[in-house]
Amino acid sequence: MATADASNGTSIRNAIGSVLSFFILILIGVLAFSIRLFSVIKYESVIHEFDPYFNYRVTQYLTKKGIYDFWNWFDDRTWYPLGRVIGGTVYPGLTLTAGTLWWILNSLNIPLSVETVCVFTAPIFSAFASWATYLLTKEVKGPGAGLTAAVLLAMVPSYISRSVAGSYDNEAVAIFALIFTFYLYVKTLNTGSLFYATLNAIAYFYMVCSWGGYTFIINLIPMHVLLCIITGRYSSRLYIAYAPLVVLGTLLASLVPVVGFNAVMTSEHFASFLVFIIIHVVALVYYIKGILSPKMFRVAMTLVVSVGLAVCCAVIAILAALVASSPTKGWSGRSLSLLDPTYASKYIPIIASVSEHQPPTWPSYFMDINVLAFLVPAGIIACFSPLSDASSFAVLYIVTAVYFSGVMVRLMLVLAPAACIMSGIALSEAFDIFTRSIKFQLPYHSGHSHVHAGDASLDSTVESDNVSKTEKSDDTSKERSLKKNKKKEKEPVEKPLSSKSQVKRLLVLPFEASIIAIFLLVLLGAFYVVHSVWAAAEAYSAPSIVLTSHSDDGLHVFDDFREAYGWLSHNTDVDDKVASWWDYGYQTTAMANRTVIVDNNTWNNTHIATVGTAMSSPEKAAWEIFQSLDVKYVLVVFGGLVGYPSDDINKFLWMVRIGGGVFPHIKEPDYLRDGQYRIDSMATPTMLNCLMYKLSYFRFVETDGKGFDRVRRTEIGKKHFKLTHFEEVFTTHHWMVRIYKLKPLKNRIRGKKKSKSKASSSTGSKRKGSRRNPY
Amino acid sequence: MDALLRARLLHLALFISLLLSVLSHASSQELQIVNAERRIDLTSHIIKVYLTLKVENIGASPASEVNLAFSPSEVEHLAVVKAAATTGKKKKRTYVPLDVKSSEQPAGPNGTKYFTIILSNPLSKGETATLEVLYILTRSLEPFPAEISQSESQLVYYRDSAILLSPYHVKQQTTFIKTPSTRVESFTVVEPTKRASTEIKYGPYDNQTPYTYAPILVHFENNNPFAVVEELEREIEISHWGNLQVTERYSLVHAGARHKGVFSRVDYQTKQGNIGVSSFKHLLARLPPRVHSVYYRDGIGNISSSRLRTDFLKSELLIEPRYPLFGGWKSTFVIGYGVPVEDFLFESPDGGRYLNFTFGCPLADTVVDKLLVKVVLPEGSKDPKAVVSFPVEQRLETKYSYLDVVGRTVVVLEKRNAVPEHNIPFQVHYSFNPIFMLAEPLMLVTAFFFFFVAAVSYLHLDLSIRK
Repeated sequence: MATADASNGTSIRNAIGSVLSFFILILIGVLAFSIRLFSVIKYESVIHEFDPYFNYRVTQYLTKKGIYDFWNWFDDRTWYPLGRVIGGTVYPGLTLTAGTLWWILNSLNIPLSVETVCVFTAPIFSAFASWATYLLTKEVKGPGAGLTAAVLLAMVPSYISRSVAGSYDNEAVAIFALIFTFYLYVKTLNTGSLFYATLNAIAYFYMVCSWGGYTFIINLIPMHVLLCIITGRYSSRLYIAYAPLVVLGTLLASLVPVVGFNAVMTSEHFASFLVFIIIHVVALVYYIKGILSPKMFRVAMTLVVSVGLAVCCAVIAILAALVASSPTKGWSGRSLSLLDPTYASKYIPIIASVSEHQPPTWPSYFMDINVLAFLVPAGIIACFSPLSDASSFAVLYIVTAVYFSGVMVRLMLVLAPAACIMSGIALSEAFDIFTRSIKFQLPYHSGHSHVHAGDASLDSTVESDNVSKTEKSDDTSKERSLKKNKKKEKEPVEKPLSSKSQVKRLLVLPFEASIIAIFLLVLLGAFYVVHSVWAAAEAYSAPSIVLTSHSDDGLHVFDDFREAYGWLSHNTDVDDKVASWWDYGYQTTAMANRTVIVDNNTWNNTHIATVGTAMSSPEKAAWEIFQSLDVKYVLVVFGGLVGYPSDDINKFLWMVRIGGGVFPHIKEPDYLRDGQYRIDSMATPTMLNCLMYKLSYFRFVETDGKGFDRVRRTEIGKKHFKLTHFEEVFTTHHWMVRIYKLKPLKNRIRGKKKSKSKASSSTGSKRKGSRRNPY
Repeated sequence: MDALLRARLLHLALFISLLLSVLSHASSQELQIVNAERRIDLTSHIIKVYLTLKVENIGASPASEVNLAFSPSEVEHLAVVKAAATTGKKKKRTYVPLDVKSSEQPAGPNGTKYFTIILSNPLSKGETATLEVLYILTRSLEPFPAEISQSESQLVYYRDSAILLSPYHVKQQTTFIKTPSTRVESFTVVEPTKRASTEIKYGPYDNQTPYTYAPILVHFENNNPFAVVEELEREIEISHWGNLQVTERYSLVHAGARHKGVFSRVDYQTKQGNIGVSSFKHLLARLPPRVHSVYYRDGIGNISSSRLRTDFLKSELLIEPRYPLFGGWKSTFVIGYGVPVEDFLFESPDGGRYLNFTFGCPLADTVVDKLLVKVVLPEGSKDPKAVVSFPVEQRLETKYSYLDVVGRTVVVLEKRNAVPEHNIPFQVHYSFNPIFMLAEPLMLVTAFFFFFVAAVSYLHLDLSIRK
C-alpha cells in the first residue's frame, strides 16, 4: 500500500514537473524573442548592417521569382563587369527558411511583407535555439540543467549581438541548427535509435544549408567519436550515431550547390572520413573479439595490426602527397586562419581587414558571455561526475569552442551555446546541492527524508529529481519518450532511492553556508540578467544604418546612409554603376538597386584591389580606372564633420594594402609618415593627392573655415583644392555620404593637346594610348 | 520675336479663314458675351483662371446652355471647370453653382473643345446672366531654361491667348495675369497691354469675333515648389472593429526646371536664401482630426524627419523627404494613419452603411497625375456603390488581408490630373451584416480547438506496437 502511495505521489510530481517545465520553456521562448525586440522598439523594424541586406535582397528575389530562378540566379548588379552566380555561392538555408515562412503566412492570407518576415526570423530562431539547448542539456545532465541552460542561452549577449530583430544573417538560424544537430547526435548516442540518427543527418543538412560553420560539426563529432573509441567507450550506439551521419550527411551536404563536391574533396571534411574508417575497423575488431576466443583474438590482432599499419601508412602517404600538392593544402583561407591564427594577416589582407575576423580581447569575453565565463569550469567539473558519452561531448564542445573563439571574434558565437550549457549544468548542480543540504537539515524533514528521496518544495529539486530518473532510464536504454508515462511509473522508483541517498550523505553542506551560497548564486544570476538586458538594449540594438546621438536638445538622428541610397535609387539611371569601398556594396545593391563594382562577398581580390588602387591613386589615374570599369558615380563615406569613426579614411589603410598587394605601383610607405596614416599638415603628398582624400575633404574647409576633422581630431592638411575629373552630385545632410560623378570625356581641342599631355602624370600617359583609339 | 510674330499672324489668318465656316454654327447659339473679365493666377504651379462672363441672349428662342471653348493643349491639362451664376447686386450677391459637363459637340476650329454650362433658368430673349467660371490648369508652365544649376532661379513660360477663346461674339474683354514676383523676363504685347508690378493687363479689347486667338507668351520667375505626385494610391481600409486605416503611397517629383550639374551641400547649407530657391524640402499634409499611429516611411525604412501637430479640427503632418528635391529629382514614400471609424462611417436611412471621406491628395499645393482611391470594404459586404461629384473611373477588385477567406471587395476610383480642389468628400455605400465581424475570431477559435483536441487525443492514445 505504501509503495502504491509513493508511486502515485511521484507520478503526480512528474506530471506537475513536466507541465511546469513546459510552461517555463514557453516563457523562455517568449523571453528569447522579446529581448531581441529592443532594436525594433528603440529604432525601427529594419534590416541591420551589411550582410543582412544581401540576404534580404536574395529573399526578395526568391519570393518574387521562385525557387528555380533562385538557384539559377546570375546577379549582374554586382561585381561589374564580372557578375556573381548567387544560387551557387550562397548558403541558402536562411533565405529558404524566411521565404518558406513568408510563403506560409501569405497562403494563410496574412499579408506580412518580406522585410517584416526577415526582420523577425532571427528572434524566432533564437527561441528555437533556446529550446534546442534545453533538449541538448537535458540529454547531457537532465531537465534541471536543461532549463537553466535554456534561460542562459535565451539572453546570452554574444548570441543577442547576432540575432536581434533585423539582424537577418546566417548565424541567426545556424546557431539553432548547430545546437539541434548536437542534440540529435547526443540523443542518438543515448538511445541508439536509427530514427534519431536519420533526423540528425537531416539537421546536419539544414546546418550545411545555413552556414559555413557546419565544418565545426563535421570535425567536432568525429573528434568525439575518436575520443570515445580511445577511452574504450565504443558501443553500437556510438556506431549508429556516427556512421549514418557521415554517409547521409555527406550525401545531403553535397546537394547544397555552394558545398557540392567540397563535401568530399576539401580537407575540412577529411577528419570525418578518417574516423569513419577507424570506427569501422573498431567495430570489426569488436565483432571478431566477440566470436573468437581470447587467445585466437590476440594472434589475429597482431596479424591484422601489422598488415593494417603498412596499408594505412601507404594510404596516408598518398593522401598527404595529394593534399600537399594543392597550394592551400586543401583548406580554405578562413579555415586556415583558424588553424594558424597568423595566416590571414600574413597572406590574405582581405580576411584580416574584417574586424570580426580579428582575435577577441579579454573584455569582449566579459561583454559577450559575462558571468558564464566563471561558471564554465564548474560545469566542466560537473560533467566529469559522472562522465558519460553525452557529458564528454559537452566537454569537448566547450574546449574546442574556447579555442576557436580565441582566434576569431566572430566564433564567440559558437562558444556562447557551449558556455550556456556548461553554466546551466554548473548552476543546476549547485542549486541541487545547496537546496538538498538545506532540506536535509530542516528539523521536521529529517525523519522522512529517507522515504521521500528528492522530495522538496523547491522547483530545482523537483527538476533534479527528474535528472536522476532520466539518467537511469537512459542507461537502461529503454526510455523511448517522456510522454509515455505509463512505463516510467514503475521503473525508476527503487533504483534512485538507494543510490541517491548515499550520494546525498556525502554532499551535505552546513545550513548557513548553503543559504548564503544560494543567495550569492541568485545575485550572480541577477547580475547576468541585468547585463544581458543592458547589452540587448544598448550595445547590440543599433541597426548601424541609422545612428543616433543624445545631446542636450534631445535625440539626434543621423539617417545619412539611407538618404544617399534613396537619392541614388531615385535620381540616377537604373543601369548606372556605383563604385565604393566593398563595405557598402551589399547596401547599395539592396537599398539603391544600383550596380556596384565590389561588395561584401569578397570573392575576387583583384577586383577589390582595383577599386582600392583607384581610391589611392591621384585623380586622373583614378578617373581612368573608373572609366574603364564603366563607373558613373563614386560613393565615399566621410565622418569628419560629425565624428563618425568607421569612415573611408579610417579604412583607407586597407585600400592601400589590398591595392598594393596586386598593383605594386601603390606603395604603402608613400602614404605613411612615421608609420602612421595622417591627413593633417604632416601628411605625405601622395596621401594629400589621392582620390580618397580629395573626395572626402572636397570643400570641407568651407564648413567651419578651418577644416577640422572630428574623427582624426586634427585640421586637414590640404584645405583648398579643386576637382578636375569628378564633380560633387550629392552630399547628405551630415556629410556622411558623398557621391561624385565622373566628368564625361572632354572633347579634344587641338590647341590644348600639348599642354595637357605635359601635365599628365606618368601613370596617366601609359593609358593615354588606349583612350585615343575611338578617334 | 520675329518668328513669334509670324506664327501669331499665321494663327490669326487661319482663324479668320475658319471663321466664316463656323459662323453659322456659332450664330445658331444666338448668345453674345457682353463683358468678359479673366484673371489668371500664375503664383503657384497650379494655374487658376477666374472668368467672369456677362452673357446675353440675342436670339429668339430661350437658351439654356452656354459653351466654353478651350484649346486642345488646355483641355489636356484642365483639372477642374466650375461655374456659378451670380444673382443680385453688389452686396447681396449670391452664387448658384451650375453644372458643367464636357460637351459632345464636334470639335471646333483647330480642335477646339467645349465645356457646356447648363443654366438653371434658361435665358429668354434679351436677358443677361452673369457667370463666374473657375478653371484650373496643371503642368502648363514650361521651364525655360529647361535645366538650371543650383544657384539659378527658375524661369517659366506661360502660353495663352490675349483674347478669350470663345464660340460667341465678345463685346468687351480684359485679361489680368498675376505673376509671383516682379521679375518678368518678357511678355508678348497685344495692344493695349500694361504691366504694373506683379500684374500684366491685356485689354480692354472690343468686339472680337468668335474664335479669335492672339497667342501670348509670358516669361517670368516662379520659384514655387513644383511638387507633382506622379502616382498616388490611397487605400482606405474599413474595419468595423473601430478603425479606419489609410495608407497613401506617393511617388513625388519636382516637375520644374531640371537640376543640372553640381549639388553642393556646403552651398545649400550656408547660403540658404539664394541657393536652390526652386527646390523644396518640406511638404505639408493635412490629415483628418483624431489621427493615430501615423507613420512615414519608404521602401528602405522609416524617414525620421516629420512633425505631427493635432488639434480638434485638423491634423497637420509636416514631412521632409529624405533629401531636398531639386528639379527632376524624385522620391517615393508612404504615409499611413488610422482614424476612428465613427468619424467617417455612417448608417444610411435605408439600413446600409456609407463611408464619407475626402477624395483628393492631402498634400498642400500638389498636382496628382494619377490618383487611385481604393476603398477596402470589410469582408462580406455587398452592393458597393461610389458617389463622387466629378467624373472618375470606377472598378471593383478583391483583396485578401489578414485571414480572409472570400476576400474583401475593393472599390477603386481612378482620377487623372487631380488638384487640391478635388479634396471634397465622396461616399461609398454598401451593406454589411455585422455577423461577418465574428467570422475570423471564430475561425481562430475553431482552429485552436481542433489543435488542442488533437494534442489531447495524441497524448491519450498509445500508438506503440509493443505492449
